[in-house]
Amino acid sequence: MSALAARLPRPRATLARSLLTVALLAVLLGLISTFISAYDDLRLAYGAYYFAVLVGLTMLTGLSGQISLGHGALMAVGAYTVALLVGNEGWALMPALMAGVVVTALVGIPVGAAATRLRGPYLAGATLAFAVGLPALADKYPGTFGGENGLSINPPVAPSFLGGNFPLERWEAWVACAGALVALFALLNLVRGGFGRRLRAVRDNEIAAALCGLRVARVQTLAFVISAACAGLGGGLLAEVLQLAQPGAFPLQLSLSLLTGVVLGGLGSLAGAAWGAAALVLLPNWTTDLAHSFSLPDKVSSNLPLAIYGLILIGAMLAWPYGIQGGLQALVRRLRGGAANTSDNQPARRTG
Amino acid sequence: MTKFIDLTLNGVSTGAIYAAVALALVLIWRATRIVNFAQGAMLMITTFIASDVIHSTGSYWVGFAAALLSGLVLGAVVERIVIRPVESAPPLNAVIVALGLYTLLVALAGMIWGNTPRSFPAAFSIRGYSVGGTQLLFAPNDSFIVLVVVALALGLALLFRGTSLGLRMRAAAFAPEVARLLGVRVGYMFTVGWALAAAAGSLAGVLVAPSVFLGPSNFDPILIIGFVAAVLGGLDSPPGAVVGGLVLGLALSYVSGYEGSSLVPLAALVILVAVLMVRPGGLFAATAERRV
Amino acid sequence: MLSLEELTTDYGAVRAVDGVSLEVAPGTITAVLGANGAGKTTLLRTISGLQRCRHGSVTLDGQELTALSVEQIVRRGISHVPEGRGVIAELSVHENLRLGALWRRGEALPADDVYELFPRLLERRNQPASTLSGGERQMLSIGRALMARPRVLLLDEPSLGLAPLVSAQLMSLIRRLCDEQQLCVLLVEQNARSALSIADHGIVLNLGRVAAAESPERLVADEQLRHSYLGF
Repeated sequence: MSALAARLPRPRATLARSLLTVALLAVLLGLISTFISAYDDLRLAYGAYYFAVLVGLTMLTGLSGQISLGHGALMAVGAYTVALLVGNEGWALMPALMAGVVVTALVGIPVGAAATRLRGPYLAGATLAFAVGLPALADKYPGTFGGENGLSINPPVAPSFLGGNFPLERWEAWVACAGALVALFALLNLVRGGFGRRLRAVRDNEIAAALCGLRVARVQTLAFVISAACAGLGGGLLAEVLQLAQPGAFPLQLSLSLLTGVVLGGLGSLAGAAWGAAALVLLPNWTTDLAHSFSLPDKVSSNLPLAIYGLILIGAMLAWPYGIQGGLQALVRRLRGGAANTSDNQPARRTG
Repeated sequence: MTKFIDLTLNGVSTGAIYAAVALALVLIWRATRIVNFAQGAMLMITTFIASDVIHSTGSYWVGFAAALLSGLVLGAVVERIVIRPVESAPPLNAVIVALGLYTLLVALAGMIWGNTPRSFPAAFSIRGYSVGGTQLLFAPNDSFIVLVVVALALGLALLFRGTSLGLRMRAAAFAPEVARLLGVRVGYMFTVGWALAAAAGSLAGVLVAPSVFLGPSNFDPILIIGFVAAVLGGLDSPPGAVVGGLVLGLALSYVSGYEGSSLVPLAALVILVAVLMVRPGGLFAATAERRV
Repeated sequence: MLSLEELTTDYGAVRAVDGVSLEVAPGTITAVLGANGAGKTTLLRTISGLQRCRHGSVTLDGQELTALSVEQIVRRGISHVPEGRGVIAELSVHENLRLGALWRRGEALPADDVYELFPRLLERRNQPASTLSGGERQMLSIGRALMARPRVLLLDEPSLGLAPLVSAQLMSLIRRLCDEQQLCVLLVEQNARSALSIADHGIVLNLGRVAAAESPERLVADEQLRHSYLGF
């Protein structure tokens, strides 16, 4: 028993490690953002808010085994909360973001509780209906939610100690990256600790986990709520970066893109979430450029990103079930000569 | 009172279409244990093909046949190439593949036919029947829709219960390994299942296109509501799919009529969640033990 | 005549069947015995094609079966009654039987013959197979296997979960069918004693290898063997 305990990472060590990781990334991102153009700063910001959602979603799908097609709608909840508080009520950004996280987490509770009763395709279908149904509320109550045009907010203002000429885009990137790093920190600690083990236990064999005394429904709902909180954060950051929250920004396609990002990065892999976020930001630009360089007609070029997303989703499942991160890990393992692999980042493979 | 009658009749007609989509989903679920999230996109493609055929031949019925035929082919091709590799993988993989297929098909449709919705002819008159001076919201075309779907349901029931092909398909669905030991070509049965399901879906597409117009994303609500109908009845139950479709058609018709059409997706969601809370396996589900 | 030569099958990283060779003549029963995990089920699954072998061959009357698919192997006349009987619970008794006959089409055994053999099944003809008792399910799975007029019968632990009396009746039935229809029977059993009581030959598997291949009398007489591998 003690040999086993000795192999598990100790809580304080995990905390210290994740703090260090996050601090290093913060410095790195801060430096990068000072040297890139304003346009790229903006794209960094986009990547950051996608990352915030994806770390939560990849935990939910990969480690908890729950498919959600509704996280686009949850982002909308976060975005609208922030837009309402900052735009209508004059709140400052930080408290508004926190409120956005809390509100979305609260919405995530009944959804997550419902989700534990549903398996695989039933869950996917229910969240699909959620993704399509929730944004319709904005149309039904145009007074509060601004209808089709949505709610707009004033651009955030960088604090004075950074100097009067601090570029808006860089500040937005810093805020978004800060949010993303907070999400990463939280998830790192959760996933590497007892919670992560409980998640995987439930994912791999619910009945056995229940027989061991794990509260299956609780664990799964908690996972959902956490991922909802991340989506709320991502949505709130989106509202801040775009200075706008409107129904058109949260179509079904968004939820499917998020899923693509998670699959591409590797289900359950937090590092993979970074690849997924990068893909979500860069792919549309690359595919449009590709279309233009071949002088493809408009209707082809406008649909190309979607087509490629579809191919990625299909191809990934057929050829690379472990995504980019998994592919890299396999490569590293091969180069190192087949060291034993831990199951931290591997999604479940059911046998029999 | 007339409004209620109109909404009820409308509900029966839309319910028939949801039933057809639900039947397609149930067929595939029973055969290969996969929810075909790409069903809406597949039937959209076959309806576009039908539209092109109608325009070039000038005949509705040739286009109708083209839709069914292309459905059979598309279903078989999709199963063989895209779905076969993930049939024995964890369910998540199949869901993602289906969603990927949906995305790809919608994009392809946009590339081939453009994103502007176009109109699609109805088989029969869409002017409501006149009863005692008032015009009902139920037309000869609606009668056609209901009759076709009833024929579809009966045809499928006959196929599964009364033919040896149906027996083999059921065996392949319930116990693929045992079926193989009895000489059933299980892979082929799966392909046939998908082909039939896709044809059923194409039928729904052709029937609903006149009212929702034809565009790459126009059939999404139909898929979602069809899925809710299938789940409502229980994914394993074809009669459940029909009942589910009808119930949902009626319920949503009333919601749309009395509360406004924008609430329809939300109402579908509420109904779905309400049913799944009480019966996680759908209304007609048999309780199955969980394998430990 | 069913022949296995140096048959070797891997189950992942484990060598489940290791160089097994045996011959089963028509009208004889060969009992395959051994502890759990000895490779008995994998052996049958390799013969029927559910599992691919690594090396070695399976031949039926000189025809090589190892490269064929399950469906093709079945059509050569091999009926495999799997572990757990493989009765399809959602189908009725009659549908289960019909299923067994389908690939034979016109030349299959008439269902009435099976009902004569198993009157209990006739009583429950239209009931879903899920309502049958363990013994009745065993009858159904054997009856279903017979519908295709097989030449080889592979039975995987048919007496599992059955009461001793039922199990004894089952064994004598298997002997009778084997004699009447000149079947090549490969009988996997944990219950060594009852299997050996009807068998013409016995082989004992241990860790995938043939630990002993003797006549039933010699196997029963060898005390050390009995204690080590057969549990009695």
